[in-house]
Amino acid sequence: MSLAARIGNVGYRFGSLREVLAKASPARSGDALAGIAAASATERMAARLVLADLPLRRLLDEPLIPYESDEVTRLIVDSHDAAAFAPVASLTVGEFREWLLDEATGEAELAALAPGLTPEMVAAVSKVMRNQDLIAVARKCRVVTAFRDTLGLPGRLAVRLQPNHPTDDARGIAAALLDGLMYGVGDAVIGINPASDSPAALAALWRMLDELIGRFAIPTQSCVLTHVSSQIQAIEAGLPVDLVFQSVAGTEAANAGFGINLALLQEAREAALSLKRGTVGDHVMYFETGQGSALSANAHHGVDQQTCEARAYAVARHFKPLLVNTVVGFIGPEYLYDGKQIIRAGLEDHFCGKLLGLPMGCDICYTNHAEADQDDMDNLLVLLGTAGVNFIMGVPGADDIMLNYQSTSFHDQLFARQTLGLRRAPEFEAWLQTMGLADEHGRLLPPRADHRLLQDLTRGLK
Amino acid sequence: MKRADPWGALAGLTAARIALGRAGASLPTGAVLRFDVAHALARDAVHTPLDLAALAAGWQARQGEAAVIVHSRAGDRHIYLQRPDLGRRLDEDGATRLAALAAGEIDLAIVVADGLSATGVAAHALDLLDELLPRLRGLRRAPLIVAGQGRVALGDEIGALLKARLVLVLLGERPGLSSPDSLGAYLTFAPQAGRLDAERNCVSNIRPAGLPLPLAAARLAWLIAAALTRRLTGVGLKDESDTLLSGGGGSAALPS
Repeated sequence: MSLAARIGNVGYRFGSLREVLAKASPARSGDALAGIAAASATERMAARLVLADLPLRRLLDEPLIPYESDEVTRLIVDSHDAAAFAPVASLTVGEFREWLLDEATGEAELAALAPGLTPEMVAAVSKVMRNQDLIAVARKCRVVTAFRDTLGLPGRLAVRLQPNHPTDDARGIAAALLDGLMYGVGDAVIGINPASDSPAALAALWRMLDELIGRFAIPTQSCVLTHVSSQIQAIEAGLPVDLVFQSVAGTEAANAGFGINLALLQEAREAALSLKRGTVGDHVMYFETGQGSALSANAHHGVDQQTCEARAYAVARHFKPLLVNTVVGFIGPEYLYDGKQIIRAGLEDHFCGKLLGLPMGCDICYTNHAEADQDDMDNLLVLLGTAGVNFIMGVPGADDIMLNYQSTSFHDQLFARQTLGLRRAPEFEAWLQTMGLADEHGRLLPPRADHRLLQDLTRGLK
Repeated sequence: MKRADPWGALAGLTAARIALGRAGASLPTGAVLRFDVAHALARDAVHTPLDLAALAAGWQARQGEAAVIVHSRAGDRHIYLQRPDLGRRLDEDGATRLAALAAGEIDLAIVVADGLSATGVAAHALDLLDELLPRLRGLRRAPLIVAGQGRVALGDEIGALLKARLVLVLLGERPGLSSPDSLGAYLTFAPQAGRLDAERNCVSNIRPAGLPLPLAAARLAWLIAAALTRRLTGVGLKDESDTLLSGGGGSAALPS
């Protein structure tokens, strides 16, 4: 089948699947920077017309990045489940969109299909879907994971407590941590981005979080977001590591830029599993991703940034993560220029990840040189809350003073719960009630100056 | 109405926005407005054009030397933000003029560019150079280059055209909500197009509330001398200015 379409009396011909996917992608600055975006709105639509008629199977049979030269492609091809793919194997991309939206397609069908889908298929179909389609289908997906609490259940929204500090100051971190817990935040993970990479500084953070979680029997997990090799060393050194974190990308070369490969991730997962620290589940991995990472590493092979991002989910999927977080607006305006592009990318990433069977969360965020503001974040929060996102970030006042960007705040998650009726992870919800911080409906109780958590942590800070 | 958080005493332990209280699920009005003021300052730092002529005139007044104004290939702020590649290259006019300016080999070219915070550059760049220049006596310097819509790597092309052994680029850093006026300083030995970030040394967060200007100048002077002596910058040149600046000069462990 030739990759050509006609609009009016102008014919458009595309040289490769890669080119069709890139030109069919909704406009964004990163693809323009890479020189692979459609040159006009009409050319973009021509590419979408071609894509809609493309047999889904062709995306499996013709890898965008050669099998021989990329281990992510090999992982995608070798782990493909043909039996799971069978229900949609004869469809075109356009027909696949309709199959996904059909009322007869529900949670069970989507879960059964996930192992039969490849990143290229979900990226392709997303390009012929509007924002409402991305929400409607993602909302039907259910991905439940567990470690010390259970995440992803229907009607639930979890939050990562992110108490970062520019110098890893223990008292500054503890103050932000307390603030978050008092606001009922922390069921997804308590995760710190350290400023330092010195082993002693990192060890202090792991011990501090372990001590806190243990002392108050908090049903959650900790994570120190440093390089995976440092976390393996920490496990070998006997430190209390709950989750192992790593940023991952969608090509072997981009992952090499992160200093990782699939074998290293496997080693890290096995090390974390060996500690058996989970109580209700053994999902031990926490991955972060974001559109543009492959291009910024000059490792995109001419593949558009949204498709590269979906390929990163194939990497994540292989290691059965507790959490996958697309840090959507962090990378900057040369990849996602404004609020519109950030919102679209957030919905695409959540949709693609969920369809592939991942526990998707989103760092709803922006930097000060992007054309975006708090209103854009409010919009994306409501859209993703409606789409059933597994978790979001909780940063004090939305201002991360270590990473210098704006994310969602402790207040934002309260707003989302109140407006959309979303509850916390059940174990964490029960803990908040036991601690007298929330009532049986999950509503925060008025904070008391003599509360045990407050008294205890404040004493430690003096 | 507004509900206060009874742990306000902890707010002094971190610059993070904690103990804000709430109105329903949302922020109290004062906290919302304080945040938006910080964002406005950061946005204006990115988008306010740097007055290149005023900076050049300020340099002339302080140092009695002429500065040369050039522009990158990014024609305006919106292009600059979306096309980092264009912010790394001189426009044709600038390249021609700098080529004509070049004479024999020199030790150091200094470039001041707007980067992502004109606010930071306008506020601190000349003050930082006031602190730095007395420490650079004896070096062969090119005229100061003032660059519009410039990124770090613009210095590579400038340095190569001026036949500089080393280029120092001072530019505004991406502003955070609490740091709209921060400068970054990047040193690159043997500047030429295509240098990698790993081949540079960086001193960041230069602002009165971050790394104070005199300290930043001392650190840069140390790095400049070390780079010229050892003929390299980047991961191979570790910044050991701390021991020197603290007067230690030895390898004794810091007291903990």
